[in-house]
Amino acid sequence: MPELERHSFDVLVIGAGGAGLRAAIEAREHGLRTAVLCKSLFGKAHTVMAEGGIAAAMGNANESDNWQVHFRDTMRGGKFLNNWRMAELHAQEAPQRVWELETYGALFDRTKDGRISQRNFGGHEYPRLAHVGDRTGLELIRTLQQKIVSLQQDDFKEFGDYEERLRVFQEFTVTELAKDGDRISGAFGYWRESGRFVLFEAPAVILATGGIGKSFKVTSNSWEYTGDGHALAMRAGASLINMEFIQFHPTGMVWPPSVKGILVTESVRGDGGVLRNSDGKRFMFDYIPEVFKDKYADNEAEADRWYADQANNRRPPELLPRDEVARAINSEVKAGRGSPHGGVFLDVSTRLPAEEIRRRLPSMHHQFKELADVDITAQPMEVGPTCHYVMGGVEVDPDTGSSSVPGLFAAGEVSGGMHGSNRLGGNSLSDLLVFGRRAGAGAAEYVRALGDRPVVPEDTVTEARATALKPFQEEGGENPYTLHMELQQSMNDLVGIIRRAGEMEEALQRLEKLKERARSLTVEGHQQFNPGWHLALDLRNMLLVSECVAKAALLRTESRGGHTRDDHPVMDAEWRRKLLVCTTSDEGVRVEEKPQIPIRSDLLDLFERTELEKYLTAEELS
Amino acid sequence: MSYQGKFRVWRGDDSGGALEDFTVEVNEGEVVLDIIHRLQATQAPDLAVRWNCKAGKCGSCSAEINGRPRLLCMTRMSVFQESETITVTPMRTFPIIRDLVTDVSFNYTKAREVPSFAPPKDLAPGEYRMQQVDVERSQEFRKCIECFLCQNTCHVVRDHEENKEAFSGPRFLMRVAELEMHPLDTADRVDQAQDDHGLGYCNITKCCSEVCPEHIHITDNALIPMKERVADRKYDPVVWLGNKLFRRS
Repeated sequence: MPELERHSFDVLVIGAGGAGLRAAIEAREHGLRTAVLCKSLFGKAHTVMAEGGIAAAMGNANESDNWQVHFRDTMRGGKFLNNWRMAELHAQEAPQRVWELETYGALFDRTKDGRISQRNFGGHEYPRLAHVGDRTGLELIRTLQQKIVSLQQDDFKEFGDYEERLRVFQEFTVTELAKDGDRISGAFGYWRESGRFVLFEAPAVILATGGIGKSFKVTSNSWEYTGDGHALAMRAGASLINMEFIQFHPTGMVWPPSVKGILVTESVRGDGGVLRNSDGKRFMFDYIPEVFKDKYADNEAEADRWYADQANNRRPPELLPRDEVARAINSEVKAGRGSPHGGVFLDVSTRLPAEEIRRRLPSMHHQFKELADVDITAQPMEVGPTCHYVMGGVEVDPDTGSSSVPGLFAAGEVSGGMHGSNRLGGNSLSDLLVFGRRAGAGAAEYVRALGDRPVVPEDTVTEARATALKPFQEEGGENPYTLHMELQQSMNDLVGIIRRAGEMEEALQRLEKLKERARSLTVEGHQQFNPGWHLALDLRNMLLVSECVAKAALLRTESRGGHTRDDHPVMDAEWRRKLLVCTTSDEGVRVEEKPQIPIRSDLLDLFERTELEKYLTAEELS
Repeated sequence: MSYQGKFRVWRGDDSGGALEDFTVEVNEGEVVLDIIHRLQATQAPDLAVRWNCKAGKCGSCSAEINGRPRLLCMTRMSVFQESETITVTPMRTFPIIRDLVTDVSFNYTKAREVPSFAPPKDLAPGEYRMQQVDVERSQEFRKCIECFLCQNTCHVVRDHEENKEAFSGPRFLMRVAELEMHPLDTADRVDQAQDDHGLGYCNITKCCSEVCPEHIHITDNALIPMKERVADRKYDPVVWLGNKLFRRS
């Protein structure tokens, strides 16, 4: 057996997207030796795919905006299931996190008076999204990447070593977390390039691994989104909440087939784009739900006036929260009013001059031209729902990002609670920064207060190595690519945007069979940069997380946000008071109900009573 | 709509390798990366390729298609004849790891050598004021997705390993230009560009701009303006005389 590579750090950050990098910066600035472990090259994380912007109530475009308004919008978007403390911290701290990016070198688009420009987005009462055209995620990731480099340059000056206190291990996959008793003591994984195994000893681990979209067939997510952090947390004994809530972004590309699911930014609608069915009708006026009737225009004239005069008109219904728009598109297509390739039409060409479209939506223009031969300045786009985001994740302490396992933290998409049952566009990038920073500080505080350092038991290494190598031992077993495709098809068809009890039961049966078959996976070749092997190991995580989604979705007998039940179409105030908590053990995945913590009264006072009546039970209101 | 396409894909590692022939199904609307994925799923499960977003936003899947540096995910099959054999090889400028995957650490080393943004000390977060027209110059360069195709195609390093030490390549010379043109950056980057990053090696053949998938005008908007600033500083006879007389360093 070759010698095991070993490293020791104070804090390990798993994932190098917005949350991971912000957490690493914070931990390093607290003086801790920090490592970032990421599956892709540094700077390629899925955050680059974020397009529209980062929500922060800076009030640059409309002075009436403030954290309370942002908090209200976030709670409404999540149908009041949100962890209110997280929503509060998020709304309060987002502006500071955005301004801080400017000190790292970010260059946002500007207002006329030289401040950061802010754009409209679904569910946000005022123009709130700081942006750089439609490539805001790229700006965020590059800025944080460059900040990391700048901290490394500081270390070089001080110690003569760039990596003295902050090191990035890129193209590295973590397969197992290690514990000493009930405390985290490190992580085990392999270099993707060489296949060699590495053990990290560290008292604190921050999960920032993003989402789970690769378990679904039509998704805007990249290959990295295999639910690694969700699964690592569960196997380490932590709990997940809200796993039944999956956001299907209303506008993904539908044609050509090879790009089906790729995101079309909500900014298209924020900047005036409208949705039409095959009859040419702006159908969203027919889908304004009762709870939003007073906030959204019920006729085209008012909706169009809103872009110029927001004080005296209601918003266009194309800017309803994402869950509403996705369901509406789904219904139109089902009713036979879809576009030729099974979507609907999203048109900005008749709404803005061509030059303006190219300026405001350059990457959409580029994407459609290169991949679909469509010129969005002259033609409508064809769009349909795509699996985009998981609201559920590791149950954490809002202030520190700590999970129930000592030393294990989570931030960003892999954590749960902040967005309730549905995330608003633009709230993801701000979530990454606010809670990335908090998890970094939380981990630093935890490490500082530690007495003795936990150690990694040797049998953890032996077991982790054996599990990782198993696919090479088997012969004549299952092909991981085949299994992955079957998993994606099952989740897409049976636990997708519209759900029914019978279908979800069938999904669970299929998952059982897939789990059984996944025990005998076979991969060809050797350990060096072997994508078949990588997939075989990621599949284990996808299967575990998919089971959580299906089990929780079957239990929640109501429709709310990113969970729509055909057999229980109504939102139920009793269910708002309950969270579904997933844990795993040798017996498999367990899902249990847990009461939601009541909303603090001063936060409740930010809402009109008539609005609260739509969400809360009579008992809570009394 | 489907047909059997002919592909030649380089397979091997740092000890050597060769082009391998494949016949594989091609469907309407597909890009080269789809074909590589189909090869993995059906014929060559251990074929190594880097990719991530599959939408031209992350810059992971850089390679050479029929000898041209391109992103695999943004190269549509419809640009080729059905009868054509399509050759896919790894980027030539960087060491091979395996199959289509190369060791791009050269770029991360160079990135570290560019001194970071130096913000004005007297401005607190939230007090930054810049005009759109002023940020647009650097914003163009920040569109860079770091696919490193410009670094790969640049003849200064493509077949000249010996130049890698002194030359940062178009991507990082552009990064220097980006900071130089940042409205609030306080550092002076003109001498650095010439002395530390090898701007003088560039002889503006514009190959980098030509292969840029983001269509950034690397040469015209970043490299040439930097060269002009260097020329003003270093080679303007009046400035030269002034420096001699007044010993400005």
